[in-house]
Amino acid sequence: MKKLMGLSMVALMMCMPAIAQKTVVTVAAYPAVDDIVKAALQEWQKKNPNVEVKVVGREYADHHTAMTTALATSTGLPDVMTIEYGYLGRFAQSGGLEDLEKPPYFLGDQASKVVSFAMAQGRSASHGQVAMPTDIGPGAMFYRNDVLLKAQVTESELTQSWESFIRGGQKIKKATGAYLVAHARDVKDIVIRAGIPAGQGVYFDEQGKSIIENSPRFKRAFEIAQKIRTEGLDAKINPWSNEWSESLKRGTVTVQMMGAWLGGHLQNWLAPNTSGLWRSTVLPERIATSWGGTFYAIPKKAVNKEIAWDLIKHLTLNSKQQQMAFEKYNAFPALIEAQNEDFFNQPVAFLGGQKARLEWKKTASQIKPTMVFKNDSLAEEIVNAELDLVLTKNKPIDQALKDAHRLVQRRASR
Amino acid sequence: MKPLLTPAMAPYVLISPFLLLFLVFGLFPIVFSFVLMFHTWDPVKGLDSMQYVGLENLIFAIEDPLVWTSLENTLWMALASGMPQHLVAIPLAYLINEKMGRWRNAAMGAYFLPYITSTVAIAIMFSTLFSTDYGMVNAALAEMAKWPWLNAVMPEKNIDWLGSPEAIKPVVSAVVFWRYLGFNVILYVAAMQSIPRDLYEAASMDGAKSWQKFFYITLPQLKPMMFFGVTLTVIGGLQLFEEPFILTGGKGGPEYAGMTTAMYMYRTAFDFNDFGLASAISWMLFVIILIMTVITNKAFKSKEGQA
Repeated sequence: MKKLMGLSMVALMMCMPAIAQKTVVTVAAYPAVDDIVKAALQEWQKKNPNVEVKVVGREYADHHTAMTTALATSTGLPDVMTIEYGYLGRFAQSGGLEDLEKPPYFLGDQASKVVSFAMAQGRSASHGQVAMPTDIGPGAMFYRNDVLLKAQVTESELTQSWESFIRGGQKIKKATGAYLVAHARDVKDIVIRAGIPAGQGVYFDEQGKSIIENSPRFKRAFEIAQKIRTEGLDAKINPWSNEWSESLKRGTVTVQMMGAWLGGHLQNWLAPNTSGLWRSTVLPERIATSWGGTFYAIPKKAVNKEIAWDLIKHLTLNSKQQQMAFEKYNAFPALIEAQNEDFFNQPVAFLGGQKARLEWKKTASQIKPTMVFKNDSLAEEIVNAELDLVLTKNKPIDQALKDAHRLVQRRASR
Repeated sequence: MKPLLTPAMAPYVLISPFLLLFLVFGLFPIVFSFVLMFHTWDPVKGLDSMQYVGLENLIFAIEDPLVWTSLENTLWMALASGMPQHLVAIPLAYLINEKMGRWRNAAMGAYFLPYITSTVAIAIMFSTLFSTDYGMVNAALAEMAKWPWLNAVMPEKNIDWLGSPEAIKPVVSAVVFWRYLGFNVILYVAAMQSIPRDLYEAASMDGAKSWQKFFYITLPQLKPMMFFGVTLTVIGGLQLFEEPFILTGGKGGPEYAGMTTAMYMYRTAFDFNDFGLASAISWMLFVIILIMTVITNKAFKSKEGQA
């Protein structure tokens, strides 16, 4: 027994130097980015055998709360931090993230390899390029082809203009009883994102002042949403609810506008029984906008910054990895080179053999950068509440926008 | 050999696990939130970004229309869910205690089950039940509308339970009522069991009927437990968070109709990153809860000064 113990001690001691030498890099991520990172590690670790990568996966909201706490207290910070677009505004302006253009990162020319709007989203006016985009969500309109055929409505009727979109919806409702969209709010969300001047955000101007009251985008968006509601063209259901997925399965909602990644969700779990019935096209009036997107960042107080940067480069600038993430996890590549792969030319069976990826790629190239602000989520919330009042209580649009502006401005000026 | 722990030290060492946990997770957050009330702090910028602003947060909170909307919602739901809890729990506990015999424990267990059910399960169940087009509640209403004598009172269209500002508050209140009824039943059954049986026997001998025993013996004897139960309901109702949070997808529902003060406070901190304002709201809520608890105390106090 003693001998056995002695032998195990020797074996343990022999292993120790090897363990001690290993550098541990921590990556904090949410689903399915954690899986993407894990899948990409095999290749990367061939070049970095002495680095152990610990992927800490948390649910979407939990992850961002944990990162907020980590930045607040400067403890438990990962080496690579994953940030979703919705949280980018407040994280980018924190000052707690490394500027990737400075040494030892030298992003420099490599920035042009990535779609420009996403790169611009990861830039903060005061802190530089704080986040590196990995996947993007070019906006697309998914529609039920079977419903359109039944109602004799063409795709171009839906995309030509918002007016023709509504007319198409009326025909669909009359012929099939199906709703045009899930919620009038979805349409508002697209219209307010069309034609944003360079340097401005969706809700704020360069100085961070609310533009809700005077920007024609908002008035038009509210008018179109109201028209959709009064014509009874929206099912009044929120995305990601049980009813929403049920409507998509049953075809009671004809159109869903979202990021191109929705195609993957529809196929995998939202409505797998509807294969071949869906098609994808551009948004009405060919609006080029994006839904979400994932970024990687390095906290200033991270321990293994250079190795972390090497891993980020592998995840974002390596075409093979980007393509793998797209094929396996529907993460639309931010890397332009990966968008030129053959996978993009292949027909998508779920979308009736359509070569939809080419259209999404085209949209991605047309998206203009939009600035993000830390009060974006609050502004969105306030605007949504005012829209609800317009839709359900017939509140005059001008008054609703005025009230939204006042509430947003009150908070933003703090 | 000198003992590792001297008798003088032992109590402190033995109590230290609790004390440490209490200091870290109990006292520190309270003190920190009090300090935060007088500061602006964007947490992603680190602790250094804290700036003293005096009463600015508190003034902002008092002038914030959303704080008042959320307070109004909270009071509405606390009342609508709290009152029926006790009005139903007391007679129910009486029935269970007096009439159910050997099924008493099983019945109490059944009523208590919602209290220990996971919030996620509740969220899934109720959002499915209250679904507009595919939910069982609307399906049942539609079925009932076919009966000739109910036709007139039933809604013509499916009710958008979770999506309309008028319906969300009653739905949340109903879920809260369902969840905490069992807890109150247990409280009252326990209190009823401690009422001396000879009081009932004496009443029986005097010819008292069942309802008379309930009103003249059970109810007055339950007063201390009512005070305890109502106080818990008042505090719980004003801190309402989980149920509206899960039923409105964490956003507060249309027109903020389902947003409680605790939810708004949470969202101010974690969604809008304004921890100073959130702390001010939390202390405002604390004062309101304190006042309501004092009022409850006064209401239940008997002439002798005993609850």
